[in-house]
Amino acid sequence: MVRINGKEYELSGETLACYLAVSEYDSRRIAVERNGEIVPKSLYEQTVLKDGDSLEVVTFVGGG
Amino acid sequence: MERTLTKEEIYRALAARHGEELQRKIAGSTVAVCGLGGLGSHLALCLARMGIGKLILIDFDRVDLANLHRQQYKASQIGMYKTEALAENLQEIAPFGEVIPSTKRITAENIDTLLEGADVICEAFDRAEEKAALVNGVFERLPGRPVVAASGMAGFGSSNEICTRQITGKLVLCGDETSEVSADSCLFASRVMLCAAHQAHAVLRILAGENAV
Repeated sequence: MVRINGKEYELSGETLACYLAVSEYDSRRIAVERNGEIVPKSLYEQTVLKDGDSLEVVTFVGGG
Repeated sequence: MERTLTKEEIYRALAARHGEELQRKIAGSTVAVCGLGGLGSHLALCLARMGIGKLILIDFDRVDLANLHRQQYKASQIGMYKTEALAENLQEIAPFGEVIPSTKRITAENIDTLLEGADVICEAFDRAEEKAALVNGVFERLPGRPVVAASGMAGFGSSNEICTRQITGKLVLCGDETSEVSADSCLFASRVMLCAAHQAHAVLRILAGENAV
């Protein structure tokens, strides 16, 4: 299982890019943390999610 | 009575309060502030007061009447580049702090040049897409550099909802993470300042070698 923002998903073997494409996240407004590190955007396609991975998708909102 | 202060005199006054060891670190550091609006203008002011050695100030915009309700500019500065107006205001508070201004828009091509030498990078933009682009850009092009970002400070919700959260060892996020600017929810000076103060304090803690939170 892969943990994303506190919920468990059956996603091992999927790429991060694939997951984000079907998720409701707006890819222009997020940063993704995986096992304690930010995943550079250029690596989304080649980041294969593994059993036990823990991710947080941080969504930015406007204002500053 | 007007008297010209020396660089040494100001440093001594800060070191006497902050401690010599910490002040040496603060004075020897370079911090980048990306976006000089409600967050960035307050953040830069706070950092300058603490005696940060060098501030890289980036914003392509000019001071507008619509900024005065929450940003650290004066009515007399309307029309000036924010970089120029803020440098002027900082100069009055911390005359020996070095400022490196830039009115360039940060892109994937120039990010490493613009932010070169920054020990900590502060994200203080207004638009969500620009916030995400800067954070992702740093982790792409300048990996290892600590980033202090902000998200969610609109409206007049409780002060106590504004938090500092360590996302990774290198990414800190300040704000309530939900309150977005909209037609019904604008930005108030008080709440934006709170968030900017969280960012400035996170920078201080990083420079002091502490965890940001």
